[in-house]
Amino acid sequence: MIVTRGLTKRFGRTLAVDGIDLQVSEGDRYGFLGPNGSGKTTTVRMILGLVFATCGEIEVLGHPVPERSAAALVDVGALVEAPAAYPHLSARANLDLLEAAGPRAHRLSRALRRERIDETLELVGLGGAGRRPVRAFSLGMRQRLGLAAAVMRRPRLLVLDEPTNGLDPQGIHEIRNLLERLNADGTTVFLSSHLLSEVEQLCTRVGVMDRGRLVAQLAMDDVRRPTGRTVVHVDDPGAALDLLDGGVVERDGGRLVVRDVTVPELTRRLVGAGIAVQEVAPERDSLEGLVLRVTGAGSDRVERPDRVERPDRVERPDRVERPDRVERPDRVERPDRVER
Amino acid sequence: MIAVELRKLLGRPRTWVSIGLLCLLPAIVAVLLAVTGIGPAPGEGPALLSAVLSNGTLYPAAALGLVLPIFLPAAVAVVAGDAVAGESAAGTLRVLLVRPVGRTRLLVAKLVSVLVYTALAVCSVALTGYVVGVLLLGRAEPTTTTVTSLTVSGTPMTSGQLAWRTALMLGYIGWSMLGVASVSLFLSTLTDSPLGATLGGLAVLVGSTVLVGLDAAESVRGWLPTRYWLSWIDLFRDPILWHDVQRGVLVQAIWIAVLLGAAWAAFSTRDVTS
Repeated sequence: MIVTRGLTKRFGRTLAVDGIDLQVSEGDRYGFLGPNGSGKTTTVRMILGLVFATCGEIEVLGHPVPERSAAALVDVGALVEAPAAYPHLSARANLDLLEAAGPRAHRLSRALRRERIDETLELVGLGGAGRRPVRAFSLGMRQRLGLAAAVMRRPRLLVLDEPTNGLDPQGIHEIRNLLERLNADGTTVFLSSHLLSEVEQLCTRVGVMDRGRLVAQLAMDDVRRPTGRTVVHVDDPGAALDLLDGGVVERDGGRLVVRDVTVPELTRRLVGAGIAVQEVAPERDSLEGLVLRVTGAGSDRVERPDRVERPDRVERPDRVERPDRVERPDRVERPDRVER
Repeated sequence: MIAVELRKLLGRPRTWVSIGLLCLLPAIVAVLLAVTGIGPAPGEGPALLSAVLSNGTLYPAAALGLVLPIFLPAAVAVVAGDAVAGESAAGTLRVLLVRPVGRTRLLVAKLVSVLVYTALAVCSVALTGYVVGVLLLGRAEPTTTTVTSLTVSGTPMTSGQLAWRTALMLGYIGWSMLGVASVSLFLSTLTDSPLGATLGGLAVLVGSTVLVGLDAAESVRGWLPTRYWLSWIDLFRDPILWHDVQRGVLVQAIWIAVLLGAAWAAFSTRDVTS
């Protein structure tokens, strides 16, 4: 659905995107991860023909972009960064105007258009927004309207940049369900986000950007592969620590991470020693672990001096210290949580 | 896309408020003229204003003469400057482009919308001028059907002649305004600030006006966009002095062609990052 080869974008002296090879296949729910400023949005804009690449190739739905953007984009629904709409018009009028603006051959008939707009507003939870002008919308409502514009034409490919910005937890859950439903109906979803949880819960494939480079691209199943260690929650960690003697690589209260032992064997040993086991499971790698690993190496981030060691923590022998992340200056807490 | 742009233009309160304000100035002047009966001496003050006291049907031309130096170009520059930069600032430009709307198609639609606005503004002022002129200043010699007006040269002019001369004038002023519009539209494709594009257009206008009045600028004067703006008055002479009007149309055409070409080139190769 989306293929890029050596895609590069230079803005003046800064290299925003550095030779990336994306591969998004039909039916994927692709999560495009990376911190702010890592080149995600520039990449999305290049895919949509808004920004022209310095070099490299892009193919969207089999059409080269930007040479044949129009042919590709008629089957793409997109939401790029903050949603935008004409503030003096209602949600309905905005969708109507946008639909009418499209190429003649790809417009819905008037009757069908009205029906589709009703349906779509209902779908994104704006069914009751009625005639209110967008000016009076909260950020969350604007976000929903932006999504409505993206999904209205039932595109084959959805390209979404931070689609859950400004939504409350219920809203995020709702949108996730919507995207899953659309995906089940055959829509490929390309989701750009800096929120790990969002990608982890929705996506089947991830690409990770770091400072303009695509540093990882793999299936979520491969991300969540077992690490070979076992996590166990016990009532008496002291006794368990004595029993397992050196096998414990990490301890956090009653939670222990044990190496070189299978789940049945560990359970048998603990129960045999009379230690109550609350929970036991093989440890799996997480998306966070992957992201920290692939974006950490050669980091130019500065270590914070006031790092506090937790006294009850058993250091893992193979543990590599990662410089702590510095708070990014571009980070602003959003004041406008949505009320419904 | 053109229909969409026109819907946006006509559905926007700003369009009608600005046109209303444009019509207000000539109306106020007409009221003052009618109440006091004091006009500028012939040959002084704004064009034609001394003549309208005796004949209200000349007032559409006089009304346009009043708004031509500042108000009309300012209004046109606002609309043209907002055309692309306004969408860009609001973020709706990227929404339109990924709809997808081709860049050339979008620019043409914007140009048509600016054209329609200019025509609407010019005609509204002329119409208001006619209505208030006839109502407040009256028609000259209402009994004669053949000769109702005098040209600026003092010779008689039938109402038919007056009508087509006024129509020519509307076209000429509209064409001149398109020159202003193309400056602002070009700047509008370069910046994300509609205000910047509007003020840039006005700056070109003011600069050109200053240079036209400067003797040292003699060599370039003939190619300045505002040099022949006021030549429409020649349409009301007897016989009509075509020379300056023709030059005016030509000079304006060159400016419009160059600037619109530049606007197209800039917009179709630009990275939309707003």
